[in-house]
Amino acid sequence: MTSTDTSVTAGSGDHRGRRPPLRARLRRDWPLLAMAAPAALLLVVFHYLPTVGNVIAFQDYNPWVGDNAFEAFIYSEWIGFGNFETLFRDPAFWDAVRNTLTITAFQLVFFFPLPILLAILLHSILSGRIRGIIQSVVYLPHFFSWVLVVTFFMQMLGGAGLLAQRMREAGLQPMSIMSNPDTFIVLVTAESVWKDVGWGAIIFLAALSAIDQNLYEAAAADGAGRWRRLWHITLPGLRPVIVLLLILRLGDALSVGFEQFILQREAVGRQAAEVLDTYVYYQAIIPQQWGMGAAAGLFKGVIGLVLIIAANKFAHRIGEQGVYSR
Amino acid sequence: MSIATQLIRGRRPKLDPANPPPRRRRRGAPARPVWEEPPSPIGQGLKGVVLTAMVLAVLFPMWTVLVTSLASRETINATGGMVVVPREIDLSAYVNIFSGGQISRAVWVSTLVTVVGTTVSLVLTVLAAYGMSRRDSVAHRPLLFLFLLTFLIYPGMVPSYLVVTGLGLKNSLWALILPTAISVFNLVVIRAFFMNVPGELVDAARIDGAGEFRILWQIMLPLSRAVIAVVGLFYAVGYWNAYFNSVLYIDDNDKWPIQRVLQSYILAGQSPSVTGAPVNIPGVTAYPPTLAVKMAVVVITVLPAIIIFPFVQRHFTKGVITGAVKG
Repeated sequence: MTSTDTSVTAGSGDHRGRRPPLRARLRRDWPLLAMAAPAALLLVVFHYLPTVGNVIAFQDYNPWVGDNAFEAFIYSEWIGFGNFETLFRDPAFWDAVRNTLTITAFQLVFFFPLPILLAILLHSILSGRIRGIIQSVVYLPHFFSWVLVVTFFMQMLGGAGLLAQRMREAGLQPMSIMSNPDTFIVLVTAESVWKDVGWGAIIFLAALSAIDQNLYEAAAADGAGRWRRLWHITLPGLRPVIVLLLILRLGDALSVGFEQFILQREAVGRQAAEVLDTYVYYQAIIPQQWGMGAAAGLFKGVIGLVLIIAANKFAHRIGEQGVYSR
Repeated sequence: MSIATQLIRGRRPKLDPANPPPRRRRRGAPARPVWEEPPSPIGQGLKGVVLTAMVLAVLFPMWTVLVTSLASRETINATGGMVVVPREIDLSAYVNIFSGGQISRAVWVSTLVTVVGTTVSLVLTVLAAYGMSRRDSVAHRPLLFLFLLTFLIYPGMVPSYLVVTGLGLKNSLWALILPTAISVFNLVVIRAFFMNVPGELVDAARIDGAGEFRILWQIMLPLSRAVIAVVGLFYAVGYWNAYFNSVLYIDDNDKWPIQRVLQSYILAGQSPSVTGAPVNIPGVTAYPPTLAVKMAVVVITVLPAIIIFPFVQRHFTKGVITGAVKG
């Protein structure tokens, strides 16, 4: 990504070869740099500084040894991989990892395909008006917070919710779907579907409308039925987007979302609802185990990075473009 | 060229460059191509059932919550909880909420954070997007790389927490704004739009003596109003929905945003310090039923998203696809 000037303009070709000297370009472009500076500064402070701050994973970080956070970091004792040893010896950590991976895998199978199906379904609606209405309705929950989504589910399916209410009326034993650890994974997936299936379909809808209609006509002329056209034209047309999103999802394998789980952890218990992020919150931030928490975060960050790079490599191998080329 | 590469080079990505998407059909125009076989009644029926079920799954919970928030004590007692069929409109729950106390304060805090945050975010994002939209400007690629790299790096909750508290932002509303002020995703979307504006326009303005700020203000912004509206909505919704940062950084419950109150009040079942005063309006129940108050909080929390949504929604496909491709 280092930019020698020729490579930058190789495509556009306007200034190629004869570029004003750096000083002149600086004098010309300084307002642009000044415009980008505040945003860049925020990223450096709130993204890159914490990234560097991960070195406290190798420290016995003590916030009180200096006058401020920076001094504390200088004076804290280096302990090598001690934090990682504590972390890896904690069975609760592995529970959290296992929960996270199980939920990711479950959602990959039962959530990931749904936006694709929905997009195909929506695309097949001919009336623009009806399609527009349905789209608006299914996009809406994406704009709700997790607190709201969980509240809605609780009011419908929880112990005091509408379903339990009706069951009590019918003389049945009311059940609370919201506090059953055994079905928790189904519940969180259902919540994710409710919140985001419509939103997830947008990108597939775009991909669908980019498929050449002539292909369908030609296939129909050759006698391909509806399902064959779906299989041989629609799905291959969606393939690049599917692969792209799959890669992004794999890169996030260790983050299944935080709010959804912290909100429901109490109701179903730690056993079922502890994921990596909630583990860091409850085992590191609340008891102020900074070094160990940073170690857990670093573990997650590094694995995520490795996964996304590996998935991208794999995508290239099977002939897809992936997230970035090269 | 991958989609991301196209974005980095500032092109508006096309899913298939050889076949640009066909123009949208006119409303109501006959649409089924002649070669396509007519739909089977069973298929059509199934399709209708599935789609109706989906629409209901979204709208029904919202409907019950709204109706319950407007129900009187008698109705709620009669139905044993959530109300589905409205019988009357009783505004006492809303009067109670807005007569002061924690919920009023939380609504105010969330509004403040949303307005200030969205302004800060939009200004900084638009400036940065323009600053990096010139293909041949100094340091434009390393800068962009700095922004895009954040997609790959996860800084971790603990170091982030230490940085934010180390800056003295604990219990400050800025802790809800600054750490999440820049969304690189939104920035990439706006930048792509700026780069699509014909260079001749910019050149002409420059010949007339306009500086960069003036070009941004008088040429770029008017041309990209739609995308800026969409991005503004994203930011606003993000701030209004912010919950977790308040768990991390705001201990003082006078400064709790609405989502936090909703969580502690409804999910965790603690009672908020409402005024406690009975509502004194002629013809209105003295104490509104607890469930109605709770559902009124839910309605208030949902409301902003629903109000803004229709205005911006028509720009989605145009505005978002550009960025959504990136994921």
